[in-house]
Amino acid sequence: MGKFFAVVVTIITVVSAAIFAMRIWWMPPDISVLGAGIDQQLIETMGATGAMFVGAQLLLAAIVWRAADGNALRALKVFPGGPLPMVAAAILIVGAEVLVLTLVGSKVWASIYMTPPEPGSVQIDVQAEQFAYYFRYSGKDGKFGPVHPDKIDEGNDNYFGLDPANDTTARDDIVSASLEVPVNKPISLTLHAKDVGHSFYVPTLRLQQDFVPGIVVPLHFTATKTGKYELVCTQLCGLGHYNMRAYVEIVTQEEFDKWLTNHENQ
Amino acid sequence: MGATNIPLRSAPRPVAHPTAPTTGVWVGVATISMSFAAYTSALVVRQGMGTDWLHFQLPAILYLNTAVLLASSVSLELGRRNHAQAGRVQAPDITVLPGPTSRTAAWLWATLLLGVLFLGGQIVAWRQLAGQGLFLATNPSSAFFYILTALHALHLLGGLGGLLYVRRRLHRSGAHGVGPALSAAALYWHFMAVLWVFIMLLLLVRL
Amino acid sequence: MSEAVPSPEAGASHAAHGATPPAPHHGPPLGFWRTHVFSLDHKVIGRQYLDLALVAVTTGMVLSWLMRIHLAWPTASVPGLQHLSPNGAANGVISPEYYLSLMTMHGTIMVFFVLTTAPFAGFGNFVLPIQVGAEDMAFPRFNMMSFWVTALSFVVLVASFFVADGPAISGWTAYAPLSAVGKDAGPGQELGQTLWAVSIAIFCVGQLLGSLNFIATTLDLRTRGMTLARLPYVTWAWFITSVIGLIAFSVLLPACILLILDRTAGTSFFIPGGLVISDRLQPHSGGSPMLWQHLFWFFGHPEVYIAILPGLGIVSTILPAMARKPLLGPRIFIGCMIAIGFLSYMVWGHHMFLSGMNPLSATLFSVPTLIITIPATITTLLWIGTVYGSRLRLTTASLFCLGFLSVFVTGGLSGFFLAQPSIDTYLHGTYFVVGHFHFVMGVASMFGIFAGTYFWFPKIYGRMLNETIGKWHFWLTFIGVYCVFMPMHWLGLAGNVRRYSAFTDDYMKGMAPLHRFITIGALATGAVQLLFFFNLLWSRRRGALAPENPWEATSLEWTVPSPPPHDNFGGRHPVVYHGPNEYGIAGSTGDYVMQDSPEPLPVQ
Repeated sequence: MGKFFAVVVTIITVVSAAIFAMRIWWMPPDISVLGAGIDQQLIETMGATGAMFVGAQLLLAAIVWRAADGNALRALKVFPGGPLPMVAAAILIVGAEVLVLTLVGSKVWASIYMTPPEPGSVQIDVQAEQFAYYFRYSGKDGKFGPVHPDKIDEGNDNYFGLDPANDTTARDDIVSASLEVPVNKPISLTLHAKDVGHSFYVPTLRLQQDFVPGIVVPLHFTATKTGKYELVCTQLCGLGHYNMRAYVEIVTQEEFDKWLTNHENQ
Repeated sequence: MGATNIPLRSAPRPVAHPTAPTTGVWVGVATISMSFAAYTSALVVRQGMGTDWLHFQLPAILYLNTAVLLASSVSLELGRRNHAQAGRVQAPDITVLPGPTSRTAAWLWATLLLGVLFLGGQIVAWRQLAGQGLFLATNPSSAFFYILTALHALHLLGGLGGLLYVRRRLHRSGAHGVGPALSAAALYWHFMAVLWVFIMLLLLVRL
Repeated sequence: MSEAVPSPEAGASHAAHGATPPAPHHGPPLGFWRTHVFSLDHKVIGRQYLDLALVAVTTGMVLSWLMRIHLAWPTASVPGLQHLSPNGAANGVISPEYYLSLMTMHGTIMVFFVLTTAPFAGFGNFVLPIQVGAEDMAFPRFNMMSFWVTALSFVVLVASFFVADGPAISGWTAYAPLSAVGKDAGPGQELGQTLWAVSIAIFCVGQLLGSLNFIATTLDLRTRGMTLARLPYVTWAWFITSVIGLIAFSVLLPACILLILDRTAGTSFFIPGGLVISDRLQPHSGGSPMLWQHLFWFFGHPEVYIAILPGLGIVSTILPAMARKPLLGPRIFIGCMIAIGFLSYMVWGHHMFLSGMNPLSATLFSVPTLIITIPATITTLLWIGTVYGSRLRLTTASLFCLGFLSVFVTGGLSGFFLAQPSIDTYLHGTYFVVGHFHFVMGVASMFGIFAGTYFWFPKIYGRMLNETIGKWHFWLTFIGVYCVFMPMHWLGLAGNVRRYSAFTDDYMKGMAPLHRFITIGALATGAVQLLFFFNLLWSRRRGALAPENPWEATSLEWTVPSPPPHDNFGGRHPVVYHGPNEYGIAGSTGDYVMQDSPEPLPVQ
């Protein structure tokens, strides 16, 4: 039965590893400037952990194959060198792995989350609520009108609680239910939640960030390909959580300008 | 398991190492410290996050309560020492020790009385705050005041229970074998006093 | 192994005593209630915990079936479900809303009432006092309270299925403000969520009482000669687990109390101002949702180790007995467990990489998270080295230990991805996370529980479990869990979001076939557990009578009858001469030397 165990473990290992390696289910193509670093990091991690996965499972299989042969007379063997080489190997191999992954990975992380958006980025204010996203563009004046939670009135399309009567900066704000952005242009988002926690996840952009009620969270990206992509909520936000989606429309600069002008005129 | 498998024995079995109660209390001290540390960090974070923190004057009776609790700690310590001394003087096989035992009991009663007095004083403090319109939900500062004092009182009630248990053991079986329980109860009670001083300082600095 | 002359006093601890007049303890119980219900006997309490965990795991598993059925066939009708929830499952069809309730309850029940109670409170209660040579726990009354408080907390949680709006819907992590604002956040968030918070608060009290007992018993009630170095490894694991639990639950309890106050007393600890929920401006201000996340995960991550450490101990106790070979590097193993316990308190922020925390702290939390894999790797290598060149007996218990090794490696390795903030950016909130924690926390712990059950069942009930059924149980479960949880990693890689009730449209549509494969695997693997239940029930009455030491193991529980008498040692005070690791040597009884055997060890 030891041999059977070894065979089962080997089959499981080979099939699992093969499906990973063949990328039958894999990340959608990356369409962002910073996503390449994430993909690189993920692929390197996949290589390293994949090797450890296959190595450890096959080692287990081989050792059980030998040990569980039912021969009660076979002399016991001590692992060559005892436990210390193992400790050293674990510390060196895993330690080196940890060091490399941290050094490389923290650079990727820093490039996304610890650098300010480039100057001249398109500023967009994002509000998440049960169970929709709303995107606000500042309009011609380049300034967002302040948000007044007590003035939120969804029935009259005032999702952000703007007060155009008193705030001049709010008068030309454009509010949209989909995120329209120009391609190859840095985009700077400010995320805030109207009610509970939400998240901003666009798999193709390799971007995910929580909305935390009470604070405004910055996020920035640059898309490299036009098209219509999905934005989904990944932070459990209540009954309609599974329905909380929006589209990211990545368009050319001309189309984007036209879209803005159209909305400004409304 | 079938009851038939159990060899029944009539005599009570010996167990519990004499230091077990004290170990238990030390573990309890660690736990309670940890949970009050959590409240403290929640208080500090909450005060730092919001702009709505309301500062208010602590009721003056709290200082009196502090003195009462410290006095109770002293009286219990005197009782414990008295008991330990009696144990050394008397032969261990004498189970009834009228003199020293009753003196220990007297200190225990004094501690119990002071403990109840402290709790009464805390209730007075709550009523005074409520009289000023400061309730649990009024402000995070008042909320933390009520939570910290109430939880301390709850833990102190546990201490009173422990003292009553020791008192009953003392009454029933005399001085014999009460030492570990008394030491453990005293340790817990002293910790309650230390914890209260910490809470007082925290409230003084933060509220 | 180095000591040639046995001596109970070697490194004698303060636990060695004999002259002190012992305090009177509880005698054998008399009536039905004191014997079977409100018993002070650690063995009865341990069995009660195991029974509670069995009820809980059955509940949790049925919930997972319902979830999987809904995910694979969202419009399928589950016969009879409408009677449990007329609103959530009209005509037996699970609504997306009810799915969230099922999910919340599945996670909560499994984490708290199965993975915490069974391997720690259940087996620990039964075995630990006997292994240290004590007659009972240090504080039997606290022990009894601990169980009944836990049972009460389970009843409170399950009661939420039967309240008007059903159970909570905010997941086992109960993130504020969704969990804190009450009714406006949706049905289930009123009474259901309050019951959830109350239940968890009660649970904390029960676990604190239990941990207190474990620690005091291990420190103070060890019999003569049972030094710390001679403690069986699983007792070490329970001891370390109880220290972790003591810290973790004493933080979760305050968090729950503050949450309950936010919900019922109008305070604002976790709710910031200016929230508009269900068109209503919430009457709160100034609170911080991050505060809940920090408090919760300060508990939550160590909780993972509360679930898994007993499993490490169980494997390290069973494998040497089955391999007839001492555990390789026992001191290193104990050191690794202590290191894991210590590091588990420095990593909680890795659950919050994307939650608006300072991005620099993400890097800081990432490093200890990755470092914690080093002691985990070492323990795995030590087990592999133990099996190497041994005469392994493939009993069901040892098969589950080997299965534990396999899934522990698999689950541990996927942690490498999530520990890095830059990759977590993509994988956080996807099925990759679900696959990861089910392997390393769920399945690995369950395999530890199964191994422990097959190993100690003879001691607990006096009868052997059926090995043939047991082996079928192992093979089908082992293959089944890989079919269920491995594909979840692929889903996650493809960006499939978790906590969604259906994947019928958009980019996740293409993953539906894989979801159906997982569902079929989950239903089949669940059905296999019926073999286990049958084995448990049948063997309790009909199994072969268990000898004192069926596995030829060395620790003290194998020196007493199966089941042990009320006071464990029949009035005897065992004296310990050896560590638990004396396998593969020529002893008087065979190829091992019992811990309480005064014989000298053969010089090697």
